[in-house]
Amino acid sequence: MMAVFEYAPAPESRDVVDIRPSYGLFIDGEFVDGAGPSFKTVNPATEETLAEVACAADQDVDRAVRAASKAFGPWSALPGAERAKYLFRIARLIQERSRELAVLETLDNGKPIRESRDVDLPLVAAHFFYYAGWADKLGHAGFGADPRPVGVAGQVIPWNFPLLMLAWKIAPALACGNTVVLKPAETTPLTALAFAEICVQAGLPAGVVNIVTGAGATGAAVVAHPEVGKVAFTGSTEVGRQIARTVAGTGKKLTLELGGKAANIVFDDAALDQAVEGIVNGIFFNQGHVCCAGSRLLVQESVEEELLAALKRRLGTLRLGDPLDKNTDIGAINSAEQLARIRSLTEAGEQEGAERWSPACELPEQGYWFPPTVFTRVAQSHRIAREEIFGPVLSVLTFRTEAEAIEKANNTPYGLSAGIWTEKGSRILMMADRLRAGVVWANTFNRFDPTAPFGGYKESGYGREGGIAGLEAYLDV
Amino acid sequence: MTTSLADVASSDATLRAFLHGLPGVDRVGADQRAAMLSTRSIKTTAKAQAIDLAISMVDLTTLEGADTPGKIRAMCAKAVRPGEDAPRVAAVCVYPDLVAVAARAVAGSGVKVASVATAFPSGRSSLEVKVTDTALAVAAGADEIDMVIDRGAFLAGDLMKVYEEIVAVKAACGDAHLKVILETGELASYDNVRRASWLAMLAGADFIKTSTGKVSPAATLPVTLIMLEAVRDFRERTGRQVGVKPAGGIRTTKDAVKHLVLVNETCGEDWLSPEWFRLGASSLLNDLLMQRQKLATGRYAGPDYFTLD
Repeated sequence: MMAVFEYAPAPESRDVVDIRPSYGLFIDGEFVDGAGPSFKTVNPATEETLAEVACAADQDVDRAVRAASKAFGPWSALPGAERAKYLFRIARLIQERSRELAVLETLDNGKPIRESRDVDLPLVAAHFFYYAGWADKLGHAGFGADPRPVGVAGQVIPWNFPLLMLAWKIAPALACGNTVVLKPAETTPLTALAFAEICVQAGLPAGVVNIVTGAGATGAAVVAHPEVGKVAFTGSTEVGRQIARTVAGTGKKLTLELGGKAANIVFDDAALDQAVEGIVNGIFFNQGHVCCAGSRLLVQESVEEELLAALKRRLGTLRLGDPLDKNTDIGAINSAEQLARIRSLTEAGEQEGAERWSPACELPEQGYWFPPTVFTRVAQSHRIAREEIFGPVLSVLTFRTEAEAIEKANNTPYGLSAGIWTEKGSRILMMADRLRAGVVWANTFNRFDPTAPFGGYKESGYGREGGIAGLEAYLDV
Repeated sequence: MTTSLADVASSDATLRAFLHGLPGVDRVGADQRAAMLSTRSIKTTAKAQAIDLAISMVDLTTLEGADTPGKIRAMCAKAVRPGEDAPRVAAVCVYPDLVAVAARAVAGSGVKVASVATAFPSGRSSLEVKVTDTALAVAAGADEIDMVIDRGAFLAGDLMKVYEEIVAVKAACGDAHLKVILETGELASYDNVRRASWLAMLAGADFIKTSTGKVSPAATLPVTLIMLEAVRDFRERTGRQVGVKPAGGIRTTKDAVKHLVLVNETCGEDWLSPEWFRLGASSLLNDLLMQRQKLATGRYAGPDYFTLD
């Protein structure tokens, strides 16, 4: 039987992007070859190779850091208002090219165009606009009358929000007068390289922004370089630990944004339909490739049945498939390696006794895919309740009282984010006060804003990005 | 939700307790959900399907003080045959005194006659007048009655009065279907929209309808979303299906398609028919016809190529 109302495919055109067959490193204002063996970046939705990308060896990283060092003097000496002009120009160029950048992000990362178009790109531009506004007002940010930049910032970013994480790192660094060497993730380097073109387009002085592509070794070289004064890393807790060890005792400033296992807490008086949306947005946004994802649903026992029924019904309407289709809600898993990790953890979930459920959902034959998955009857002791899965997998736990909810929510090695769903304002304030997490959302989830600081407790890292707090990491205070 | 609903309306207190015990609506979240669904991209075959579906759901409406039998007959002709090979609309909607004219004009076509009774649009009259108004419209041949609730009583907290009026009008409807107009633009909060929806369904409404078209804002997407959630939850709880009719302010094909997307992703296919979903509109039909022709020919024709009512 034909459906009453079937959405025809509505693919965004690929023609707006011009992907080159190969890319070099962006050092001192130019694209140059890398000494390492080049690697391929693929479209995770199709496994098609998109481009060949240069790999920066130690000597390339050294060249990039030296270029950034050389550029630091004149760049930091510019009046703040002059630096702001460059940042505003970059922000506007991002807006002008946002359609192209969104398509490129979706091709390289696998996330739905709806998200790259409506969430990532507007936020990327907003971060540059926001920090452009701070460039000439640093004396009023609460770090003294004349705070100084740190020098060269070495930045390593992950594959889940390639361009957004670049913006979180580069915008405040430049606004404060630092120069940067940034290494994007090896599976998603293309938008960072497009950003390098934007730097050229904006007339940014050579060496202020350098992009070195490569895998873990390249990132390690950036972090370890003696002329790097500040290291910023977003990624896994495991790599964060290595970086902390490398940096220890060197005098480098360090901020880490690491994993999370956020509790999304639903009380029995919550606005149920909106809570369901918030749960969906909390864990299935960007296929769950979100460090602050609400991967642990804590639901009050009195509404468990009702909420789960509503949630399952809602998951049945999620549309999984071609990320370039404007109607797609769930895109591809970023890499085969990540897919394998999700599979192994979900298998552990089943073995340990949790109940697995997914909506009827056809997966494309090519590419890396995983259906939205819900585990019920999860206990705190299960691996799926303890470890970060970084995929579209929700673990459902229950609680009876506020105190139990707080205790369970905080009973994790992580502490990046949390969510509270209740119609009672006093409870929101009380819970937010007691939850040990960097961000606590109330009656919403996964909402970002350049003016709000972001960062974690415990194994979720240290330091804050965004807002005034985000300036501190790039100033010698 | 498992308790029986039979006793909910046994007293003022139980009715109030039940309606205020419904899950709340978070305005920010509801607005965001409606906004997200309105970004669905409906093109080509899906658009063609949606346009024809929307035409078949239109309640072609004229509610002017200046309405005449001639105007009604002209509109009815259009309702029966909106354009070349376009489907007929669901119903025509007129004032009670013009029901007989409309009923004759659409006889045998399958187009229903709906009438706004009960001291439309303010609802400010005695129950006796409202019931008589309804009975007269039904006697004149109305298949469907669009009644307005007493918003004053609702806002004053006299929920039982609103409930009893709906029950009485429903009884006066006989075989005619009852659409209850909540006038959501005057209810102030989304929580009230949800409560009024449940109140109307408990009292026996066959349809719940957003607006009279005389108050702004009329049918907004978030309000339609909340009413769709209400009918979905009501069927889950009682097994009885109730229809939804957004009315007022829906003028373009884009608006109509956004509403269909809401239905599709909130209630699903069971509501995607003129039996369970209507669009109350007067100027929407021509835009649907224009977009329909554009889709078929690749070109826009000017407005003069589409008939006035």
